Amino acid sequence: MSFPLLSLLVLTPLAAGLVILALPRERRDLIRWLALGAGLVMLLCSLALYAGYDQQAGGYQFIEYAPWLPQLGIAYHLGVDGLAVAMLVLTGLVVSAGVIVSWKVEDRPREFFSFMMFLAASVAGVFASLDLFLLFFFFEIAVFPKYLMIVTWGSPETRNYGGMKLTLYLFIGSLVALVGVLALYVQGGTFNFLELQEAGFSTEFQRLWFPFVFFGFAVLGAIFPFHSWAPDGHVAAPTAISMLLAGVEMKVGVFAALRAGIMLMPEGAQIWSPVILALATVNVVYGAFIAMIQTDFKYVIGFSSVSHMGLVLIGLATLTPDGIRGAGLQMFSHGTMTALFFAIVGMVYDQAHTRDMGQLGGLMRKMPWAAAGFVVAGLVSMGMPGFSGFIAEFPIFMGAWRAAPIVAVIAVLGIIITAAYIFLVVRRVFFGEVPPALAAVEDIPLRDKITIGVFSVIMIAIGWFPSLIVPLVETSVQTILQVVGGA
Amino acid sequence: MMTSLFIWLLPLPPLLAFFVILLFTRSRNRLSHALAIGGAGLSFLGSMIVFFRAITTPDLAASPFGSAIAWLPVAGEPVRIGVMVDPLTAVMLFFVAWTVLMIFIYSVGYHNFGQPAGKEDQPGLPPRGAEVRVKNETSRVPSIEPMYARFFAFVSLFAAAMYLLVVSDNLLTLYIGWEIMGLCSYLLIGFWYGKTSARDAAVKAFLTTRIGDMFMLLGMAALFAQTGTLSFQAILGDPEVLAKLAGTASVIPGLSWAGLIGLLLFAGTVGKSAQFPLHVWLPDAMEGPTPVSAMIHAATMVSAGVYLVARFFPLLAAGWEPGQPVTTPMLVMAVIGSFTALFAATIAVAQNDIKRVLAYSTISQLGYMVAALGAGAFVAAVFHLITHAFFKALLFLGSGSVIHGMEHGVMHTGEHIDPQDMQNMGGLCERMPVTFWTFLIGGLALAGFPLVTAGFWSKDEILSGALAGGHRVVFIVLALAALLTAFYTARQITLTFLGKPRTEAAAHAHESAPTMTVPLVVLAFFAVTAGWAGIPEAFPGLGGMVPNWLGGFLGTMPNIPHGEEGHSLVPLLTSLLVSLGGLWLGWLVYRGVQAGQADPLAERLGGLFNVLRSKYYLDELYQGIFVRPAQWLSETFAYRWLDQGVIDGILHGVARGALLLGLFLRRFIDIPLINRSGDVLAEGSRDMGGLMARAQTGRIQMYMVITVGIAVIFGLIIVFLVPGLRP
Repeated sequence: MSFPLLSLLVLTPLAAGLVILALPRERRDLIRWLALGAGLVMLLCSLALYAGYDQQAGGYQFIEYAPWLPQLGIAYHLGVDGLAVAMLVLTGLVVSAGVIVSWKVEDRPREFFSFMMFLAASVAGVFASLDLFLLFFFFEIAVFPKYLMIVTWGSPETRNYGGMKLTLYLFIGSLVALVGVLALYVQGGTFNFLELQEAGFSTEFQRLWFPFVFFGFAVLGAIFPFHSWAPDGHVAAPTAISMLLAGVEMKVGVFAALRAGIMLMPEGAQIWSPVILALATVNVVYGAFIAMIQTDFKYVIGFSSVSHMGLVLIGLATLTPDGIRGAGLQMFSHGTMTALFFAIVGMVYDQAHTRDMGQLGGLMRKMPWAAAGFVVAGLVSMGMPGFSGFIAEFPIFMGAWRAAPIVAVIAVLGIIITAAYIFLVVRRVFFGEVPPALAAVEDIPLRDKITIGVFSVIMIAIGWFPSLIVPLVETSVQTILQVVGGA
Repeated sequence: MMTSLFIWLLPLPPLLAFFVILLFTRSRNRLSHALAIGGAGLSFLGSMIVFFRAITTPDLAASPFGSAIAWLPVAGEPVRIGVMVDPLTAVMLFFVAWTVLMIFIYSVGYHNFGQPAGKEDQPGLPPRGAEVRVKNETSRVPSIEPMYARFFAFVSLFAAAMYLLVVSDNLLTLYIGWEIMGLCSYLLIGFWYGKTSARDAAVKAFLTTRIGDMFMLLGMAALFAQTGTLSFQAILGDPEVLAKLAGTASVIPGLSWAGLIGLLLFAGTVGKSAQFPLHVWLPDAMEGPTPVSAMIHAATMVSAGVYLVARFFPLLAAGWEPGQPVTTPMLVMAVIGSFTALFAATIAVAQNDIKRVLAYSTISQLGYMVAALGAGAFVAAVFHLITHAFFKALLFLGSGSVIHGMEHGVMHTGEHIDPQDMQNMGGLCERMPVTFWTFLIGGLALAGFPLVTAGFWSKDEILSGALAGGHRVVFIVLALAALLTAFYTARQITLTFLGKPRTEAAAHAHESAPTMTVPLVVLAFFAVTAGWAGIPEAFPGLGGMVPNWLGGFLGTMPNIPHGEEGHSLVPLLTSLLVSLGGLWLGWLVYRGVQAGQADPLAERLGGLFNVLRSKYYLDELYQGIFVRPAQWLSETFAYRWLDQGVIDGILHGVARGALLLGLFLRRFIDIPLINRSGDVLAEGSRDMGGLMARAQTGRIQMYMVITVGIAVIFGLIIVFLVPGLRP
């Protein structure tokens, strides 16, 4: 067995979280640097995975296996395919960036960073699991840090409501998913993902249980009509948690729905695909329309995530090579884009102390980096060529047209509206006159500029050189297509 | 082979100039414009080399220059991107290279390079002038644009995108260039973002063209789904593919795939080339600096739209034989094109802003090209695209020179007048001779002044093509539009240059710097000579004296059905009549306009004139039937009613129900049954709850208990009740 890179990646934040919690609360600097260190270790590990993953061979690599509860068929079983590697890189990026933008958290930094690390461990665990029980275990341990961080450090007006709503939705979703997972276990006799793939569930079984698993997990991907936790939750959360929630956690939901739903019950996926396509199309258009009329800066981004996750779900549900490839790319692209969005929203709020777009304006002159970063993320979100969003959305529409042209026709509306609300925000927040109340606003610190720069460069680099990530995701597309069959 | 690789380099210099200026030389004006013009110059030289190689290569159409690389490595067929130069690309390159370079040089003078920076100037607003003291005398002079370098960066990106679009050998990279141009138009129309009108215009331009782009994207998806490729050669160069597309029925009843894809792609053109009903963005786009207007109206944006349909003409016309009824996309193009040509010309008649008249004339002229393609006159459409690019670039740059001269006068006299309003001009021909003569040439070309101007030849070819193809209605509508064109051109020239100055500012106007006037002269040269490249063989009298080079060159393009060649006296006489008649009428009506006098046409047309001046109230109509309902749908229906009312309502209802259940358990089971025995415990927990209240609301535990309970029940149901699942 080679070097346990995946374990290092998953356990580092867990250990960091525990150590931070044990430190005296006055050691703020040490706490911050520990958290940043853990984030960077995750990032480096994920980059090592990226470099070391054999794209020719494909399939699951870096496999680690240790029996845990052999009587129940449960094991500590880790391994990644191309999509999971991409998601882990995304996780490493967003966690590190989240620590950096939270550098100046004054209110109980010890608990803040510690909980954040637990959340990071949970997310990384889901992406790396090859055991259904382990996956579910990691999936669930995210709930507590999420809830606590929202209600403790969230924005005072809505944190209790938003936190509770999010927790409730995700609890109910995971409960439904648990029922489905149990059904899989009972029928397949194991939690081992690779063995379950070979279990050959009957069509009737798949028709019945696919929606439990898929929709249960997809609640975290904000599928309509179970999306309403997302905007409220994102907005209530502190900046770093908004970044993690929208940037990574939503992908966790879709990833789990893909792994445990589509890949284990491909026939069920085909049966249910029209339903998913329909709901996800609603996501795209509905989220975009609502984003357009928000007056709260952060709610715009919150609803835009609902809209963009719809594109991911459409891509998956087409069950075509183009669609799935696009979905995988969109997961990465949207993750970086929305993390940057929320980071900038947080930076603006920290300086201006308001998120009401009626009271903002002219910040282009005050914080040019934030404005430039927002425009870059905005161009990604409207699928502009030269940015990662185009590389992702283009194949999704190709796939959607093949699967059901009407879906492409309706969803394309979402792109126009996206352009509308992005420009609306740019205009209201960054252009125009600086209101007198904001005259004293200062530019953002260097560490924030670095964060903006790194995310922007990644999104532009992928836009121009898609071969940075496409072949990686492609390995997963091939695996998925083999399972799903000739569709 | 060398040429093939060389083509790759064409979009590169302006692109590099964009990055270098934006990243490194933003604060250095001279270096920045040197980089931008150098980049445009390199692309220009390259384009000329490619162009002359192209026209000297026999059989270019059958085996165009080109090469391709794999860009998106995916399993199976990798997505390849590449470049290609065939006859159509070659002529595009020719006029794009010339107009872009001229516009770049002109921009140096337009943005007042070499002038001092104004004290009150700030980024995002046009420069307001600076005070200069010479020998104890203060005078007001124009000041340099505060974002001078940034302008050259954006406009370089614009040029790079156009080059990319033109040399693309596939729809994907064409679309990339297309979208980057959309972004550039947003950045440049909104260049003076401090002005509300400029911000509105920028957003309007981007969103309106994007509506067309989305149809185009769907068209690409459909094309890719049907053929598995987006390469021009593989689709448009292969008669079998075209026949198959034209022969299979699409998802829309009564329409073949070729028809449906053609219509979707044409919708992209409707947005980009500002055809009715998506034309509303183009007149507002003049809010940007004037060189930007010239870029958009001549060298790039709108030409790209017509290029798309010209490029895809084999698909649009798939299944059509000359003499037969036209295909559905062609019919739609003929209708929309000729309607737009007339419709925009009527609006142009009633505008007072010198640039706005030109903007509507662009819409109208683009309508000619679209209608020509609809009537099957492929060569005529491309011919008009080329000549129009030259004379429209000339006219816009000329109007910029006029405005500059007027601003000079305004600065001198301190009047508070609009320097773009033609009512405030008059008699400028003496003050600004170079601008006048070049503008006159451009105007006559636009009006189709017989025999000497390029516009005459291309417009005449469209008219005769329409008549020869049997499209009488198209012919009549376009002839009417030509009459109006000549009329408003004469109106514009008369009001601007002839007569007596109607304001002090006009009397003190000043000829522009050589950096501005030299490009005007160069463009005026092409506004005359470009027409000689395409004098039809069958033209009465003159035909055959100069070979119809363009017809021969473009005529070799594969899979393009060519309409009847016949050229009779009817279109010729019509051309002569409408052009000269319109010019004469316009001069007659407007020659005696005095300062403060109302438009002579307003008295005669009455209410109709106001409708024209208000552009048929289309902006207001769109606001009423699209923008407001969309807002209502988002705000009232989706957000307030569905999201907050229904979906959250259900959630809150469930939560309230759970609380009631809890209350019920407490009131009727807990208290009466267990009574006070648990009080101690309860008080203890309450205190604990108070301690933890900061982190927990106290309700979550109950939900968790409920959920775990349900989980257990479900688990039991699965394991024991569902047949077939029992372990």
